[in-house]
Amino acid sequence: MTEILRVEGLNKTFRLSRKQQKIEKTDRQEIVAVNDLTFTANQGEIFGLLGPNGAGKTTTLRMLATLIAPDKGDAFIDGCSIVNQPEQVRAKIGFLTSELKLEDFFTPNYLFDFFSKLYGIAPDVVAQRKEKLFKRFGIDKFAEVKVANLSTGMKQKTSLVISLVHDPEFVIFDEPTNGLDVLTARTVTDYLQELRGQGKTIILSTHIFSLVERLCDRVGIIIDGRMQSCGTLEEVCGDMSLEDRFFELYKEVKGGEE
Amino acid sequence: MKSNTLTIIKKEFARFFGDRQMLFTTVIMPGLLIYLIYTFMGMGMEKMATEGTDELVTLRVENLPESMTTVVENLPATIVLQQPVAQDDIDRLEDKELNEVLLRFPEAFDELVATYDPQSGLAAPNVEIYYNSANNASSRVYHILESSLSAYEDQLSNRFDINRSDKEDAHFDMASSDDVLGSILSKLIPMLILMMLFSGVMAIAPSSIAGEKERGTIATLLVTPLKRNELAIGKIVSLSSIALLSGISSFIGIALSLPKMIHADEAGVELGLNYTFNDYAVILIIILATVLIMASVVSILSALAKDVKNAGTMITPFMLVVMFCGLTPMFQSGSPVSLAAYLIPFYNAVQVMTSVFAHEMTWMPVIVTLAANVAYTGLAVWVLTRMFNSEKVMFSK
Repeated sequence: MTEILRVEGLNKTFRLSRKQQKIEKTDRQEIVAVNDLTFTANQGEIFGLLGPNGAGKTTTLRMLATLIAPDKGDAFIDGCSIVNQPEQVRAKIGFLTSELKLEDFFTPNYLFDFFSKLYGIAPDVVAQRKEKLFKRFGIDKFAEVKVANLSTGMKQKTSLVISLVHDPEFVIFDEPTNGLDVLTARTVTDYLQELRGQGKTIILSTHIFSLVERLCDRVGIIIDGRMQSCGTLEEVCGDMSLEDRFFELYKEVKGGEE
Repeated sequence: MKSNTLTIIKKEFARFFGDRQMLFTTVIMPGLLIYLIYTFMGMGMEKMATEGTDELVTLRVENLPESMTTVVENLPATIVLQQPVAQDDIDRLEDKELNEVLLRFPEAFDELVATYDPQSGLAAPNVEIYYNSANNASSRVYHILESSLSAYEDQLSNRFDINRSDKEDAHFDMASSDDVLGSILSKLIPMLILMMLFSGVMAIAPSSIAGEKERGTIATLLVTPLKRNELAIGKIVSLSSIALLSGISSFIGIALSLPKMIHADEAGVELGLNYTFNDYAVILIIILATVLIMASVVSILSALAKDVKNAGTMITPFMLVVMFCGLTPMFQSGSPVSLAAYLIPFYNAVQVMTSVFAHEMTWMPVIVTLAANVAYTGLAVWVLTRMFNSEKVMFSK
């Protein structure tokens, strides 16, 4: 197996403003979101980052997508450092999160062309890829409808397609099925498997156990910014279910606190 | 019921006083800005009132009567008694650089006034004062003289006239219509241009940057290989171009309505005919350089803002500063003495435009203004690039 992602001791600390201190009900001036995180992902696998809300999953993925910089440590995607070569990393990855939005004013057709230009893709390749992806997700019928007028599911599908305009080898999905109806969620998860079939590497964050069990080849359980366990489902869970194993780890870390 | 009202009031107060920025812009900033603007306006008006007092004015007087000797001698001017004041002397006043006023009394003015009967229906003795309103010193001495003579005229129950025009083409202000028009335009147009450009920038910049942050679409751009400086330059150039289009539309409106506004049609003044291609080219280049820096500053403020509404609040003080720069020609005459003044953004553009409209443009201020504005825009691009790279700026809530 070829290692395509190597995460080495990533750290990220956020300073808390007074307002945030009030919200968090704490006197701490800083919060450690990601603490010495180390793991790897191999080519052609789906790696699941599982954890509760606030565990540091999104922060980790945002660091991998070079949207935010780590305080310490580094990660290498296909040999490129997220710290020293962020532009090369961005050219290699596809990143999708529910926080990433598309401009309401434009149509899927326009946005696909626009983002393809930013990735420097040749026009004939763009046309072929667009036709294929739009057909695959049923966007072709809505290609000239403004994003503002699309349904939530169609918007998410368009976002997914836009994140893949450059046919990346490494795809990062933050909570890919969040807020989607069951049909759209199924379309997305089926496509993730298709991507894996094409030899692409996918790293996704989620707090849904069944999703990890159904999709992921390997899983990392992250609690309080630290990687608590990482490996194949068998290696992480043994005879236990993923849910039981997660709560066992959670209790160990939190000492029984909810 | 009453307690509910009180609860609502408390909640509104908590919302308002808990938001420091809103508190500053709503309560502190208006007072502060009014204080600053009125202080500067006061300083400007004081400067304007005293302007020209240092310049030496020659007052040529024909037939100075004994009754007016003291009045004339007390004027801030060098008195030259001249018999007669010729038409050539009057014509020379058309040169606005000449600090002169001509005063013509009729021969034996005192006797004429003493024997004049206002009931007779005959024309009263006429005192003629020739000056050039485009020359500050000349204009200032004229006004002092005119008010002194008017007071004397009132005292004598209108036994003489001042600048009565018996002929249709008689005129006592020797400033050319071009100079008069230039003076009006140089005070009005720079402010209008700044307002037009600013309204254009304001209409799109907050939505383009703060709006993208608010809607989450900026992050979608930031995960592409797009370089941050490409994003910054792209934003500034597109915003500037759109603002410029908006400005051009407003400019056409102003150009068409200006003759009506200053009643130039009635006065027979032909607007703009005396401006050269160079003048228009300089105005255009200055507008381009100004809109670039304007869009840059508004972009930076929008990038700092959390959302479009917040951007509007943050841009307001900047808008007032720009508008104040636009008002400066109203309180000054002549160009700034120091070239260093042309390093001040917006003020420099206003000064150059003022000098062009007043037909007083020299090239060095234009060059300094352009160089300064291009340098500031470059600096702004660098700052905006850093901001697009800053997770604190881009993703703070």
